[in-house]
Amino acid sequence: MSAQAAPLAAEQALLSVEHLTMRFGGLVAIDDVSFAARDREITAIIGPNGAGKTTVFNCLTGFYKPTVGRLGLSHPQKGVMLLEQMEGFRIAQQAGVARTFQNIRLFAKMTVLENLIVAQHNHLMRASGYTVLGLFGLGVYRHAEKDAVDKARYWLDRIHLTDKADWDAGNLPYGDQRRLEIARAMCIDPILLCLDEPAAGLNPRESHELNELLQFIRDEHKIGVLLIEHDMSVVMEISDHIIVLDYGRKISDGDPDFVRNDPNVIRAYLGEEEEEELPPEVAQDLSSRTDGGPEGRDDS
Amino acid sequence: MAEITANSRLAAAKGRLDTVAMLKEAGLTALVMFALTVGLVGFEVRDIPGGLALFTRFDDVAVAVLLGFFGRMALFLLREGHPRPVAIIGGPLVLLLVLVLAADVWFTGAGDVAASESIRSWLPFNSIIVVWVIAIISVFIAARAILAIRRASSTVTVEEREARADHVAAQVQKIGRYVGPALLAFALLYPFLPFVNRQLLDISVLVVTYMMLGWGLNIVVGLAGLLDLGYVAFYAVGAYSYALLGTKLDMSFWVCLPFAGFMAATAGVILGFPVLRLRGDYLAIVTLGFGEMIRVILLNWYDVTRGPDGISNIPRPSFFGLPFTRRPPEGTESFHTFFGLEYTPVDRLIFLYYLILAMAMITNLFTMRIRKLPVGRAWEALREDETACRSLGVNPTNTKLTAFGIGAMFGGFAGSFFATRQGFISPESFTFIESAVILAIVVLGGFGSQLGVIVAAILLIGLPEFFRELQQYRMLAFGAAMVLIMVWRPAGLLAHREPTIRLHPRSGPADKTAPQSAE
Ligand SMILES: Nc1ncnc2c1ncn2[C@@H]1O[C@H](COP(=O)(O)OP(=O)(O)OP(=O)(O)O)[C@@H](O)[C@H]1O
Ligand SMILES: [Mg+2]
Repeated sequence: MSAQAAPLAAEQALLSVEHLTMRFGGLVAIDDVSFAARDREITAIIGPNGAGKTTVFNCLTGFYKPTVGRLGLSHPQKGVMLLEQMEGFRIAQQAGVARTFQNIRLFAKMTVLENLIVAQHNHLMRASGYTVLGLFGLGVYRHAEKDAVDKARYWLDRIHLTDKADWDAGNLPYGDQRRLEIARAMCIDPILLCLDEPAAGLNPRESHELNELLQFIRDEHKIGVLLIEHDMSVVMEISDHIIVLDYGRKISDGDPDFVRNDPNVIRAYLGEEEEEELPPEVAQDLSSRTDGGPEGRDDS
Repeated sequence: MAEITANSRLAAAKGRLDTVAMLKEAGLTALVMFALTVGLVGFEVRDIPGGLALFTRFDDVAVAVLLGFFGRMALFLLREGHPRPVAIIGGPLVLLLVLVLAADVWFTGAGDVAASESIRSWLPFNSIIVVWVIAIISVFIAARAILAIRRASSTVTVEEREARADHVAAQVQKIGRYVGPALLAFALLYPFLPFVNRQLLDISVLVVTYMMLGWGLNIVVGLAGLLDLGYVAFYAVGAYSYALLGTKLDMSFWVCLPFAGFMAATAGVILGFPVLRLRGDYLAIVTLGFGEMIRVILLNWYDVTRGPDGISNIPRPSFFGLPFTRRPPEGTESFHTFFGLEYTPVDRLIFLYYLILAMAMITNLFTMRIRKLPVGRAWEALREDETACRSLGVNPTNTKLTAFGIGAMFGGFAGSFFATRQGFISPESFTFIESAVILAIVVLGGFGSQLGVIVAAILLIGLPEFFRELQQYRMLAFGAAMVLIMVWRPAGLLAHREPTIRLHPRSGPADKTAPQSAE
């Protein structure tokens, strides 16, 4: 199951990113990055702060339009879809790419259950005859809504939030909010799930639960997971494949063992003597991370 | 948190008052007051026969300086945690002032000019408006002092107060399920209640019209979170659609009604399209501009709208084809002849009342229903976080456009009712102030609260109509009410969001404020 050290061939991949470049004015946030991610695998994207990880996600999910690059997603039914040509919401709606955000974005004043129901919007919209039939309370819609609640309940059981289903999402503790955001993304029935630092701010117990949840999603729902994570214990434990970014460039790509021992990665993270552009406090911060201890970090 | 520090400071400061600092501050304010008023208020140039003359009003200046001095002192005491002297000395004085003003209002209302004159001569300033402003400000200060005393003794935090207010709103909404039908029954019987006269019925028709507008705007502002300051534009489009079709093509109200709604909805979508990218303040400004644009078009497109002259002789509504006229044209019947009743002009008014009540109820039911449909939930989700919506595959463009369109449609319906009720419309009825009033109803009632709109419409439209004599102070009272609401309960009177769907049957009123139930 674990990936090869060599980059994956594009045709067997779920997602293949080719020559992705993103410039903001003069700043090159991503510089000619190519990688692939497979079905039923957790692909981790790691790298120091500002390496361009979130920017990769924003390109994939249509929030940014890449300056250069081809983002191919091979959909089991619809064939290869080029994400860089699709409008933001259609990437979720039609290509089935779901994401979470580095700074949690829940519908704070709506309940936990409502959050999960909104995620099934497109399906329910069709069932309600684009509102017209739903207004008259037809059975079709009632059944669809019941199914939607069942699906929500399934995920609520998974993330241990069934008891709090009627709470306002904004009133949940931080860890619960993180898990709810993942469940909400899963409610759109994605084929690729992109998680931006899901373990940030979690305590060790919650972090362990998160690992189990992600493995469950990979193994039971058989989808691809892209994971941005700073917590090396999480990354090394659960990912099948790791991509390392540094200053917008890909510096390593392979399975955990390969990446752990890759001199490029060690240099980037530990900051050898000649690496003067890395400020010392950052280098120290990063080196402590490679040791694997989970620790709190301020997320920007 | 802030409350705790305030309390501790209150305790620390007790008995130890920095009198010098207080007198210094108050004296400085008095000085500034003097500098400001001595020129502006102290001298008055008046037109007298044969030229201009300079009059002096130093008594007013003296009053202003004293007010500045003591007002600042009261604020200082409040700030330093000594509300008691402010309440004890200020309270009765304010009460006295308010009583005098109330007496003045009473005599003016009763037409007793002499009594009102003699009362006014007792008041500190020559201009009654200034006295009103002072009264409102001092009521405010006194209220703060009393609140501060109560807070210091009860040690209730702001959060608890908010939670309690929310709890009250939740309770009101809960009993709303029983109050709703009761209110509806009352509304249905209303025209036949013994105390209801023509004037009251007329006011009620107006109040219910604004209720409908409030509910319509609530879709856009309360649910979808799109701040629309130009809602009156759709009201105008509906009114003019009906007026033009009715007068030019001689179509009946019932045929025109859907068309007017359709026109308004189209206008809503047309407006919605370019402004979809805008949020918050920017959206508010553009919609405000749109409202004005429509009014200016109506004013200048003379060939069609007859500009400022307006459109008159708009057909009145009929009861299934039976008009409410005293003498129907040859060969036709009117409402009273058909039913063999005595002709009374109230019939039409009662009919109008039921008509607008039905239209408003449809708006209300529609909103309550659509909240529980995918679009309604998507509106609320969009209000909460547009980015997250996008990431879940919700099409923000379409969702916002439906909100704009549907909200506008109800505005259009209400507009055609307005046209048929008045029989005459002109652009003057569709000024910005109307948009502001409708928005105020939504804000005061509590964003998204259906019951709140009823309460707010009665408070903001009904009450002022009763006190027409106070016309000139209406806007003042209106402003004061809005300020109070913003200070006391920024979310609105009855702001409480009921979930659109529940997994567990409601356990208790405070399931979200009781974390222990979930552990
Ligand atoms: N919209 C934008 N406009 C300008 N610069 C941007 C924008 N988005 C990202 N950047 C820049 O791109 C670079 C990469 O940012 P990105 O958020 O992708 O980093 P990251 O790897 O996610 O870091 P972190 O670990 O802190 O989340 C940063 O230098 C950032 O300032
Ligand atoms: Mg990031």
